[in-house]
Amino acid sequence: MGVLAAETLKGPSIAWFDLSPLLVLLGGAMVLLVVAALTPQWPKRCYSSFSAVVALATIGLCFPLWHRIDVDGPSTLVGGAVHFDKMTIWVTLTIGLAVFLASLLSDDYLRREGLEGPEVYALFMLAAIGGIVMAASNDLVVLFLGLEILSITLYVLAASHRKRLRSQEAGLKYFVLGGFSSAIFLYGIALIYGGTGSTNFDAMLRALATTVPTKGSDDAILLAGVALLVVGLAFKVAAVPFHFWTPDVYEGSPTPVTAFMASAAKAAAFAAMLRVLLQGLPNFSRDYRPVLWLLAILTVFGGSIMAVVQTNVKRMLAFSSISHAGFMLVGVEAAAHAAGGPSNDGRSSVLLYTLIYTVLVMGTFGIVTAVSRTGDNATDLAAFRGLGRSRPMLAFGMTILLLAQAGVPLTSGFVAKFGVIRAAVEAKSYSVAVVAMVAAVIAAFLYLRIMISMWIAEPEAGDDQREEVRLPAYLTVAITLSVAFTLFVGFFPGWLINLAP
Amino acid sequence: MIDFPILTLLVLVPAIGSLVVALISNRQPDLVKVVALLTSVLTGGMALWTLFAFKKADSGFQFVSQHSWIKEWGISWHLGVDGISIFLVVLTGILFPLVIAGVDPHHDHKRYLSWMLLLEAGVMGSFISLDLFLFFVFFEIVLVPMYFLIGGWGYDDRVYAATKFFLFTMVGSAFMLVGIIATAIIAKADNGAVTFDLIKIAENGSFAAGTGRWLFFAFAIAFAVKVPLFPLHTWLPDAHTQAPTGGSVILAGVLLKLGTYGLLRFGVYLFPEAAVWARPVFLTLATIGILWGAIAATMQTDLKRLVAYSSVAHLGFIVLGTFALTSQAITGGVMQNINHGISTGALFLLVGMIYERRHTREIAKLKGLQKVAPVFAAAFMIVMLSSIGVPGLNGFVGEFLVLIGSFATARWWVVVAAVGVILAALYLLWAYQRVFHGEPDDDNKSFRELRWKEGMLLLPFIAIIVFAGVYPKPMLDRIEPSVDKLLEHVSQHSSWQVPVVEKGEG
Repeated sequence: MGVLAAETLKGPSIAWFDLSPLLVLLGGAMVLLVVAALTPQWPKRCYSSFSAVVALATIGLCFPLWHRIDVDGPSTLVGGAVHFDKMTIWVTLTIGLAVFLASLLSDDYLRREGLEGPEVYALFMLAAIGGIVMAASNDLVVLFLGLEILSITLYVLAASHRKRLRSQEAGLKYFVLGGFSSAIFLYGIALIYGGTGSTNFDAMLRALATTVPTKGSDDAILLAGVALLVVGLAFKVAAVPFHFWTPDVYEGSPTPVTAFMASAAKAAAFAAMLRVLLQGLPNFSRDYRPVLWLLAILTVFGGSIMAVVQTNVKRMLAFSSISHAGFMLVGVEAAAHAAGGPSNDGRSSVLLYTLIYTVLVMGTFGIVTAVSRTGDNATDLAAFRGLGRSRPMLAFGMTILLLAQAGVPLTSGFVAKFGVIRAAVEAKSYSVAVVAMVAAVIAAFLYLRIMISMWIAEPEAGDDQREEVRLPAYLTVAITLSVAFTLFVGFFPGWLINLAP
Repeated sequence: MIDFPILTLLVLVPAIGSLVVALISNRQPDLVKVVALLTSVLTGGMALWTLFAFKKADSGFQFVSQHSWIKEWGISWHLGVDGISIFLVVLTGILFPLVIAGVDPHHDHKRYLSWMLLLEAGVMGSFISLDLFLFFVFFEIVLVPMYFLIGGWGYDDRVYAATKFFLFTMVGSAFMLVGIIATAIIAKADNGAVTFDLIKIAENGSFAAGTGRWLFFAFAIAFAVKVPLFPLHTWLPDAHTQAPTGGSVILAGVLLKLGTYGLLRFGVYLFPEAAVWARPVFLTLATIGILWGAIAATMQTDLKRLVAYSSVAHLGFIVLGTFALTSQAITGGVMQNINHGISTGALFLLVGMIYERRHTREIAKLKGLQKVAPVFAAAFMIVMLSSIGVPGLNGFVGEFLVLIGSFATARWWVVVAAVGVILAALYLLWAYQRVFHGEPDDDNKSFRELRWKEGMLLLPFIAIIVFAGVYPKPMLDRIEPSVDKLLEHVSQHSSWQVPVVEKGEG
């Protein structure tokens, strides 16, 4: 396939190997879409295994590429359209992990819900491509292409539970609001193009260097462009007050898809945010930093407080993911202090956070997938009641993951929070650090409520009649891996911190 | 034997024990209990060994063990004990096996014991950590088992109490975490690199007055919640009352000491200038706490709640002593940590026994127990007198040292606080009178006498109460050098003049 494309494409020389993770994912998606459409239903577990293997291949390719960057240094590919640096590889790794775990989560889920087929897996891979392109982009238009690939696949994924009205509603809602935010983002790109004459980050920087020599500018077009870009990105990361789609979409979507949205899509959106703000528009850091500051505070607090009053676990986790996005924004805010510089603690802390949160949220939603039972509807707190008695190991895993989300030490969640807070303190953003930590306490209340339901709540009449929680093989593997990773990184975080670019 | 990593084992043994207990099959409740007991006895034995091997004239940290843990962030596994922490380690080592042996949970032994051992590991770790990050890790970890112990094995309102406990403490920790990170990063200039090492930061760090005070505030708020200091104490009566007996003993016995210990080690030692500056606030809050706790205790109708409020008062004395910043007062405060752990722990055990027999803790429903259970009453009497601080028993030594030591530097606060001593006699004696005196009515006639096993459980408590009351010198000899060293550190790094007081013998 690669050869074919090379012959027909007239353009800049392309380092195919450096793009190989994308190609593998694309190939995997094509195989699933084309071959699976022409062949009868594959045997049990084949679709998901195939998807998991493709994801593992993507992850595997990250290692030689990483080594290559170590040796040759970062560069740009395809005529300066995308970055080939450690951040790209890191996000590829993160998203690869998300695809891998999401495939394992979806395996039994789709059979249980009577939806077995290759489409969901193909869409995961396509979404991953979009996410990676976003994270790698060195050009606003390329970024927008990635964003749209990711978004459109996610709209479809959200609505992919054909038998559930809620799922359709989530898809439509996401589509309308997502389209809206894309339009805002696109308008921002147009204004930036108008102000600088280019959408390429390097060319933009050169143009800005002459018009905006010092940090900050009064140019209304450029400032409006920056503002629109920030709003568009804030939509995608679900920052308060641009979060309204999140709870409904998270609740309505099939649970494995929700997990994928909370992990891969968030990682991609944050990577894009870092690219645009730090590498594309560092000259405006003084203008957007206060905005980020406010967004971070609103998001950590808003997410935590709104989570507390929920009774549906999926909705709770949706709000908790908003609160986590707030933490990542704290890191972005810290990173903005050193915008344009080569090394950046804030950026590393955000990337570390996204990777850790990806695994964490996959495990958590994996357990929700199991507990939600046939129909994917049993996601209120009562569905978790007595899990500690009927499924102690599962409840134990959930407890670890929830404690990690709350940021209790010796779990990966603490490492992530610590990194972000450290970056904020180092950038002297003390107030935002304190506010974020206090908000984390409010969020802890919500995790405690789930734990209470699992371990402490008294059984009620009718609990025996509930369908038993099944733990199919692939799901168990995914949950076990997530919990193991959460604990391992909690005890020995050094190597991961070292790697974070 | 010098390199034997005894302190590391003090943390690891209960932690591993907890894991083993969790992995044992549910069908072997006896095995679970034996393993848990052996683990805690082994830990206690090691704690005692540490005490005997402790060089009493050495004021610095002993048995130090340091290994790199997270190099990237300058965090190390750094443990050590000195005179201020050694007895807290021993107290932890003694209380846990007693609680595990003596108090059975009403259901699900396995998980209960597993949490208990994890709690022990966390508490031990907190008392011996010499790295800010490591300390925070242990300090936070302690919350999880305690939360589940209260929530899983407590009384009617347990979920509310457990959640309140968790959230209150976590708010404090939120400030402390930011404080810890800021401390390490600001001290980078003095240390050359970011390190979380307590000793390095305390000895080399030079914080500007304003910065130091903010950082001190961030730490102090976490400890003030834990102690608990006056306006932040509302979680304590709920948590103590709702916790199962074993949980209450540990909560009062060792967990609260994390706060007072933290104020000394991470407040006064790290930020001497700020501690001196904040003295009036802490002295005032401590004094209010002493009176408030005593008055509130007097008005309680629930025996367990009464004991819980008495903790607020007793811990107030410790904070008073800490911030009086004289050798005797701090030594007295450290002593009082241990004494309160022993006396209040024993009181909670006794209240637990009453509840087991009568299924109520309402003072009004209990009457004339002395007639039907004289030995039980005698045991209660001794423990209660120790809690009041009657001379000859352990409670007296600490409280007296605090009061006499604080007189030179915090005179008017002491004058007010001394009223608290009288109030302690009031609420405890009055409670004793209502519960034990008089003629037993029908409900109380069948009150069972102290059983042999219960007696064996209380015996070590009473032995320590009497021994430490009559002969406190071995303890004082070990505590004092470290306290003097701390005060020297304070006077070097601030304008504080430690008053010279003639030291008596014994």
